[in-house]
Amino acid sequence: MKISRKEVEHVAALARLAFSPEEVELFTRQFNDILDYINKLNEIDLEDVEPTSHVQPLHTVLREDEAVPGDSALLEAVLREAPETENGFFKVPPVID
Amino acid sequence: MPAAYEVIIGLEVHVELHTTSKMFCACPNRFGAEPNTNTCPVCLGLPGSLPVFNKNALELALRAALALNCRVNRYSRFARKNYFYPDLPKAYQISQYEFPLAAHGQLAVYKNRELLRNVKIERLHLEEDAGKLLHDEGQAYSYVDYNRCGVPLVEIVTGPDLRSPEEARIFLETLRRTLLYTRISDCKMEEGSLRCDANISLRPWGSETLGQKVEIKNMNSFKAVQRGLEYEVKRQAEILDRGGRINQETRRWHEDKGMTDEMRSKEGEQDYRYFPEPDLPPVIVEDSLLTRIGTELPELPLPRYRRLLAEYGLTPYQAEIITGDRDLADFYEETVRIYYEPQKAANWLLGDVLKLFKQFPGAIKQSPFTPLHLAQLLKLVDGEQISGRTAKEVLEESFNSGKMPELIVREKSLGQISESHELEKVVDTVLRENGAAVRDYREGHKKAVTFLMGSVMKATGGKANPQLVIALLEEKLAKIGE
Ligand SMILES: [Zn+2]
Repeated sequence: MKISRKEVEHVAALARLAFSPEEVELFTRQFNDILDYINKLNEIDLEDVEPTSHVQPLHTVLREDEAVPGDSALLEAVLREAPETENGFFKVPPVID
Repeated sequence: MPAAYEVIIGLEVHVELHTTSKMFCACPNRFGAEPNTNTCPVCLGLPGSLPVFNKNALELALRAALALNCRVNRYSRFARKNYFYPDLPKAYQISQYEFPLAAHGQLAVYKNRELLRNVKIERLHLEEDAGKLLHDEGQAYSYVDYNRCGVPLVEIVTGPDLRSPEEARIFLETLRRTLLYTRISDCKMEEGSLRCDANISLRPWGSETLGQKVEIKNMNSFKAVQRGLEYEVKRQAEILDRGGRINQETRRWHEDKGMTDEMRSKEGEQDYRYFPEPDLPPVIVEDSLLTRIGTELPELPLPRYRRLLAEYGLTPYQAEIITGDRDLADFYEETVRIYYEPQKAANWLLGDVLKLFKQFPGAIKQSPFTPLHLAQLLKLVDGEQISGRTAKEVLEESFNSGKMPELIVREKSLGQISESHELEKVVDTVLRENGAAVRDYREGHKKAVTFLMGSVMKATGGKANPQLVIALLEEKLAKIGE
């Protein structure tokens, strides 16, 4: 499978990244290099192997349903870091979805 | 005019789970708090924070799955749904994708007690809610509140099984009743704890293939779901009548304008780039857990309705109203347990008591008037200690104050005079003072007894037991005649 420039541009757009034509060229090549390398795995017989989603042998890690009130000092600090706030709200450019 | 097209509707319903804390952090899951006060590094998406899954959210979701007759997947896992929007500080939502918690369920939908349809539940999966954006038209900003961000949800997806906007509304009401019965969610559409999007398409009758579907959002009440879909049926039918084509798009319902408009078209369709959530291990549902959840599942509305018909001889109408609300059904059955007159209890509950409950601002369970109060009131009526009319007054006072009916009757001396020696004195006086009526009666004007009866009732302030008064009057009048 070959990755085209178009696919790189699509993925970049999804990630909200803007690249110069040279960068798109570079990443298309690198993308394909990486895939070529990964494709070595196809040489192994993986017929009976489940695709791995998690590497640790853990499952169903749960916590009790107990609430801890929000930390007002932390909230103040977070709001301070935000570009704009008002009355405890974060303010962002208008979005209508 | 017969409709030219068959209407096909499927729903996607989001339901907030009634937990104490959020899905992956310990922030309170509570509606209506000051903006952003129920937040922490996890739900604000701060780097380095890690989610841990809420046990209660899992159990409530499993309860929902069982209540909807789903097959629970013993292995399920979380997935990241990636998108950029300010309601999600992480820029991804933790959801489930290829391995949902449950699938293949169904919910029976009835209209006027006739089975309308068994609606397939295609899947039920867990996900976290996003934050809330506030924007007024023409404002230079949107305001973001992350209190809702990370609240546990189940998304319930139906098959394309619904055949009319009305059916869609009835399905949603049935779903809500089921989820309220099982105490999974408070299901308040006005507060957003139950939200519904719909996919709708039309096709010529007899056609086997589905028409192009359109997604409708922003229907924020049961009525809006029906109205929004009715509008959309009309809109699509007009396009098809003209020989036009339906565009694949998402449309938004405007309740105030009574119409839908385009929100985004296929070209703007999101590519969510789902992948397994690396910060959360898979969820394995053991037999023991599933068995426990199954045992704890309360009796659902439909089987309860059938049982009430059989067990108490209620009419379908009575049983339907009583089982429409779990608290009302619990109230009824508790009353009948103390006072075994199922018909009388049902008549009172569905009449005067229900009227009071409807005016009561809180839930039935929070009312100071309990099944014990109602049972005592009905026993007072049965024992002829109070008349039916007095009983209504006592009910109202007991309902408002929470005082036991017996106490109210005693305090206000509302008791019916059923003691014959007490009544006899009154009757004697009345007969003495109404010689003319007595004469009339003896001359064959039997109606004169009604006048005498009225005089006795007046003299006792309406508290005399009417049957006893009649008996006494007839007995005494007969004696005078001898
Ligand atoms: Zn949090």
